[in-house]
Amino acid sequence: MSEQLQSDFSKIVKTSKFSNEEIQLKKNFLNNFIKKGFPNRKQEDWKFLDISQIIKKSISDLSFFNDYSQSNKIDPSIFVNDLEHNKIIFINGRIEKIDFNFEDQNKIEIIDETEKDISFDYENSLIDLNSAFTDKVFKILIKKNYSLKKPLIIYHSTNDKLKSTNINLRLDFELGENSCLKLIDYFANNTAKNFINIFYNFNLEKDSILKNYKIDKLRNDNLKYSFNNIEQGNNSISETFILSAGSDYFKNEINCNLNGEYSSAFINGIFSLKENQQHEIRTTINHLVENTKSYQLIKSVLGKNSKSAYQGRIFVNSKAQKTDGYQLSKAILLDETSEFNAKPELEIYADDVKCSHGSASGSLDENSIFYLMSRGLNYQQSKDLLINGFLMDVVEKITDVEIKNLITNIIGLKQ
Amino acid sequence: MDTREKDIEKLKDYKYGFTTDIENIKAPKGLNEDVIKFISNIKKEPQWMLDFRLKAYERLKLLKEPNWQKPKYPKIDYQDLYYYSAPKSMKDKPKSLDELDPKLLETYKKLGIPLQEQARLNGIAVDAVFDSVSVATTFKGELTKHGIIFCSMSEAIQKHPDLVKKYLGTVIPVTDHFFATLNSAVFTDGSFVYIPEGVKCPMELSTYFRINASETGQFERTLIIADKRSYVSYLEGCTAPMRDENQLHAANVELIALDDAEIKYSTVQNWYPGDENGKGGIYNFVTKRGLCKGKNSKISWTQVETGSAITWKYPSCILKGDNSIGEFYSIAITNNHQKADTGTKMIHLGKNTKSKIISKGISAGFSDMTYRGLVDINSKAKNSSNYTQCDSLLMGNKCGAHTVPYIKNKNFDSNIAHEATTSKISEEQLHYCQQRGLNPEEAVGLIVNGFCKEVLQQLPMEFAVEAQKLVGISLEGSVG
Repeated sequence: MSEQLQSDFSKIVKTSKFSNEEIQLKKNFLNNFIKKGFPNRKQEDWKFLDISQIIKKSISDLSFFNDYSQSNKIDPSIFVNDLEHNKIIFINGRIEKIDFNFEDQNKIEIIDETEKDISFDYENSLIDLNSAFTDKVFKILIKKNYSLKKPLIIYHSTNDKLKSTNINLRLDFELGENSCLKLIDYFANNTAKNFINIFYNFNLEKDSILKNYKIDKLRNDNLKYSFNNIEQGNNSISETFILSAGSDYFKNEINCNLNGEYSSAFINGIFSLKENQQHEIRTTINHLVENTKSYQLIKSVLGKNSKSAYQGRIFVNSKAQKTDGYQLSKAILLDETSEFNAKPELEIYADDVKCSHGSASGSLDENSIFYLMSRGLNYQQSKDLLINGFLMDVVEKITDVEIKNLITNIIGLKQ
Repeated sequence: MDTREKDIEKLKDYKYGFTTDIENIKAPKGLNEDVIKFISNIKKEPQWMLDFRLKAYERLKLLKEPNWQKPKYPKIDYQDLYYYSAPKSMKDKPKSLDELDPKLLETYKKLGIPLQEQARLNGIAVDAVFDSVSVATTFKGELTKHGIIFCSMSEAIQKHPDLVKKYLGTVIPVTDHFFATLNSAVFTDGSFVYIPEGVKCPMELSTYFRINASETGQFERTLIIADKRSYVSYLEGCTAPMRDENQLHAANVELIALDDAEIKYSTVQNWYPGDENGKGGIYNFVTKRGLCKGKNSKISWTQVETGSAITWKYPSCILKGDNSIGEFYSIAITNNHQKADTGTKMIHLGKNTKSKIISKGISAGFSDMTYRGLVDINSKAKNSSNYTQCDSLLMGNKCGAHTVPYIKNKNFDSNIAHEATTSKISEEQLHYCQQRGLNPEEAVGLIVNGFCKEVLQQLPMEFAVEAQKLVGISLEGSVG
């Protein structure tokens, strides 16, 4: 693999307009990645779903070269219709359009910052891969006291030119004091067998609010990895919702540092998986100062041959007294072949804290089905109704009404 | 203060901190084939036993020490340990208690082991282990009447080779992890229990362990077999004298329950935890595993872990037989610089298998406590269920409490429920107790005992009292 990485990398250098410094920096990342390779099950974080095996099995001819010099045609049929929104459109990993039509242009700044190094410690080799091969890195800056009027939807799509390719993309967001951003990641992948590696960096200043919704609903056989790093200042709030249902493989990783007092993080997730899908959510919430709060709710509905995993870690520093941490994961296994794995972890060094986690998995409750059938529903209807209620619980946690309705419709739930 | 007084002062800190002067026979220092042959030879073992050991040793050479655990420890030089030491009086095996070294008897007296009359009164048969060799086994008669075999491992190898051959290493194979394999290669002695078909053991069987000679790793090996429709309750308790050097203890315990049999295994572990600064103390790296081999069998682990500098153990149940049940009840208390990484593994293989895990962790001082557990329901284990509850209590902000459960559900008919909480003793509770006349320490003791009640209830009567006291003693000085 190492030779291919090297040659694909030199092709990228040829087709792009990076400065020498940038190339040098990227080379370091490339060397790191070559040294580490794709993560495998020997690493604790990748124990349940081994990405190196999955890639080997489903994309044997993975190529790392992706020509960013050619622009792609935007297919408007992918757009979300029932919601007015700002757009960023990625096609084949290339930013084709940035459109903040609904906003005050003076309050939003878009900065090109390709040469930036990574500011935090990590072991994850996929970040090295991302940094080595990513094209342009933009930073989106929301200025002080500005709340976006409409949500921002980032479209991730690929066209049929692309096959068996690794796409890396990265965006940085800086939310100024008392600002607010509603961000929807919408995956509309039509083509097959690509490995998409997404890396977002969020910096939330005092009193700012971030709402991030990730919607992966359309069935496709791409493999995806998404890493969100969130740094939170005083009294800031981050809300993340993940709908993990479309891709063959999807791992969402969220690393959240609660650096400021009274900051809070909410993570809600739904796995709705069928034939041969393998999805995972891994969260790390670091409570670093006093009076911080985190809440996580993850629910899975698992069909034939599917597998979901949830690894949630709450870390409480010895300074972080009065922490409130909560984690709940529930799974319904619908078939003999479905599998659920969980590792809810607490690591606590302060005594005046309230931390708990719960995890439950099993089949649908026969008594509830009996109850519904005795009231005239047939077996399938009763099952659907129970699953509907089970998932609705998570969707109800979404604080934005418009987006809640959108997501309810996308999943096909009844209220 | 002169030296003597200082020494006495030191002893006060640790109730069981004394050593007995008995000359030891030691195997030469280090680990190699010759030492293993020496051990095997001195114990007059048959060839198959020696082969078993050598096979384990071959395997050991390929293994590395695991290092994924939370508590880290200084590297152990395995060539710098003695792998065999026996009290000298063991050269000619005593026929009765009167022939025992009086010093030895005194040691037991200080520990309060009911070896003679007390044993009869308490109805406990004691197979006392002093360092590495079983010294005396009481109540043989009563047990023999029922056909129960309760003896030292070395005796079992001589007298019941068929049973030992059939079952030894079937739950913890020689090819297991590093410490288990090390034990297989160099184990010295331990207990052997066989309960025949249809027999309910009339008394609680008990072994007290005692580490004596300095620099002696203790490698106990215990094997308990409960044949069809039998029942046995086994108690294990440990205390160790005060020592500066860290002592390694890597025991292996294997339980096998056949059809409709039940084994209840209780441990109170109070080895030397090191002084307030974390110097010294025992490394307790024990492998305990039970196999519910037959239908409707049941294995229940109960443990109260208060001692040792580092406790690193996961008493596990492999639920192979249909309808079998596994239980795990644990209290782990760490104070000062103690560290514990403990929990359980419940591996569901048979249909309708059930398991229950109740774990209570209390950490105080500068200590670190981790619950690490695995619940794995296999795809063939239809209609199985597990319930896990692990609660942690923190005292002070210098200590840590961690929960790392692994949950794997591969069967849609099965249910797993897991709950965990971490909290501290609330001011309101303390205030309430103090208002009613308890001093702060008593109040904490009361609240902690309440916190642990679910587990303490599982212990046999004799142990429950001791354990309750132990919980109080372990937390002394942590309130303030």
